[in-house]
Amino acid sequence: MIELDNLTKVFDTPKGAVVAADHISMSVPSGEICILLGPSGCGKTTTLKMINRIVKPTSGKVFINGEDTTGMNTQDLRRNIGYVIQQIGLFPNMTIEQNITVVPQLLGWDKARYRERARELMAMISMEPDAFLKRFPSELSGGQQQRIGVARALAADPPVMLMDEPFGAIDPINRAVIQDEFLKMQQELKKTIMFVSHDIDEAIKMGDQVAIFREGKLVQHSSPDDLLAAPKNAFVESFLGEDRTLKRLNLVKVHEVVSDEIATVSPGDTLETALGRIDDYGYQNAILMVNDQRQPVGLITRAKARTTKGYCRDHFENVPATVTLEDDLRKVASLMFAQDATWLPCVDDEGRVYGQITQRAMTHHLGSRFRAHEAASRNPDSAVKE
Amino acid sequence: MPIQSLKGALQALLLVAIFFAGVWSQSSGVIDDFLFYLPDVQYLAVQHLWLTAISGGLAILVAIPLGIVLSRPSMTRWAESLMQVLNVGTTIPTLAVLALSMSFLGIGTVPAVFGLFVATLLPITRNTYTGLKGVDPALMEAAAGIGMSSTQRLLRVELPNALYVIFAGMRTALTINVGTVPLAFLIGAGGLGELIFTGIDLYDPVMMLAGAIPTALLAIVVDALIATVAFLLVPRGVNPSRA
Repeated sequence: MIELDNLTKVFDTPKGAVVAADHISMSVPSGEICILLGPSGCGKTTTLKMINRIVKPTSGKVFINGEDTTGMNTQDLRRNIGYVIQQIGLFPNMTIEQNITVVPQLLGWDKARYRERARELMAMISMEPDAFLKRFPSELSGGQQQRIGVARALAADPPVMLMDEPFGAIDPINRAVIQDEFLKMQQELKKTIMFVSHDIDEAIKMGDQVAIFREGKLVQHSSPDDLLAAPKNAFVESFLGEDRTLKRLNLVKVHEVVSDEIATVSPGDTLETALGRIDDYGYQNAILMVNDQRQPVGLITRAKARTTKGYCRDHFENVPATVTLEDDLRKVASLMFAQDATWLPCVDDEGRVYGQITQRAMTHHLGSRFRAHEAASRNPDSAVKE
Repeated sequence: MPIQSLKGALQALLLVAIFFAGVWSQSSGVIDDFLFYLPDVQYLAVQHLWLTAISGGLAILVAIPLGIVLSRPSMTRWAESLMQVLNVGTTIPTLAVLALSMSFLGIGTVPAVFGLFVATLLPITRNTYTGLKGVDPALMEAAAGIGMSSTQRLLRVELPNALYVIFAGMRTALTINVGTVPLAFLIGAGGLGELIFTGIDLYDPVMMLAGAIPTALLAIVVDALIATVAFLLVPRGVNPSRA
């Protein structure tokens, strides 16, 4: 857990004092990633760097796991905080192995232990130890170097990590891959992480919480979903962009929106039955056909059911696409647009039909949060604290 | 292919030229004249190398710590002006430095070593300072953020990364040093300058060359020696010649 208590930094410049961070108070619960987000010069990096004293705070305190760090020796403090920077900063004079074992060596681990740890870390970042440990940073690609940078920060298993735009200098494709890998690692490692970014999409993807900064002040600190649904003011709103609702699609999973009410037919039913069910349930275009295991096998269209006689098994069309419960709505929306569909069948882990997801349900889900927020802001007294 | 065959032809021509030069020098007796000076050359070359070793060694011992001190963040305010003073120092011709040190320290080895020391000091200091200042600030931030003390940063990050540049400074400085030692003869410190200047005075080209050629060879050997040491000592990841 990281807690900042009225952390302030004033820089004395020839043009007078500049307040880079103004009484920042916030906390990040253990095991969560908090993204510090904002335009350049907003104080997010200064705030981050005050935690490990790369920037010396003018006033205020930092608590790590409840312990006041003010009295701690700077070197000891830093050795217990993982630190990843945008420029990566691998030491070019050292091999990969030496680079990732720097902190364990500083902490005085014995050789066998830190060499073992190096191999462990390489496995963690899915790089082949034998192929890479003896190489030098200049022989690696940017993406590989930043993986090593992350491994170096994790080497002594610090409870807290600070990351300053760690994936900012990596090309978009590799960045997405590294972000995914990192999130996967984080699920197991459960580090408490402060992460500076200027990329709203990265913040939404990586963050359990997002803290938005402006001109040295913390403007809003909330979960990504709350942030997108209920931006606190016009600045946050404009920073998030006009398509912020679309960004929320990334955050909502199918199981939050799915309806388990879905009518189906089986291959042995007649088209007449199918038409009856389409009308009963008020479906516009088609009804799903499932096999004995309730796996979707086809679609019976309304037009076909009305004009033809026979069994469903002889007159079905292919199911355009199905989604799973863990997919996010962004994928669902994309599939709907691609297939020109207003609903998609949703299947569980075994591929059995679980329910359906409709465009209406999606828009309703995304919109309801806005309406709740607007209602709350009209009646401040009854505002629901989220 | 035409370039290849041209190269081959030139090489063959060079060998023939060397052969005929050898034949000529043997028949005209120049080689015997040279051999006459061989004991002198041996004695003076050793003296020459001692002068280089002592003045160069002292310069390295002083210049590298000086460069390190000047590159510390706390010295930023003074460092550039001090470097300027040293820069002005090198614009004074070595001969003048030797003359000056002679007027204070008298004649012999001591003033010669001192003059050579002063002339060698700057390139090494400058390169040490520039090399350390040139270390990527991101590396320094990473090193600090990881929890290295300032000494650990200097020894594990800064010096290894600046080493190639520091060695380049030593190479330049010591090669110039070997080439400057002949002037030390003028203030009575000996060295191969004895043959060169005496040869000039007596209008004896063979005697002069007997001093000049070994001097040039020594300079080349010293240069190669330091290059080898640099090749071996500079870590592979930051060594352009081992990339």
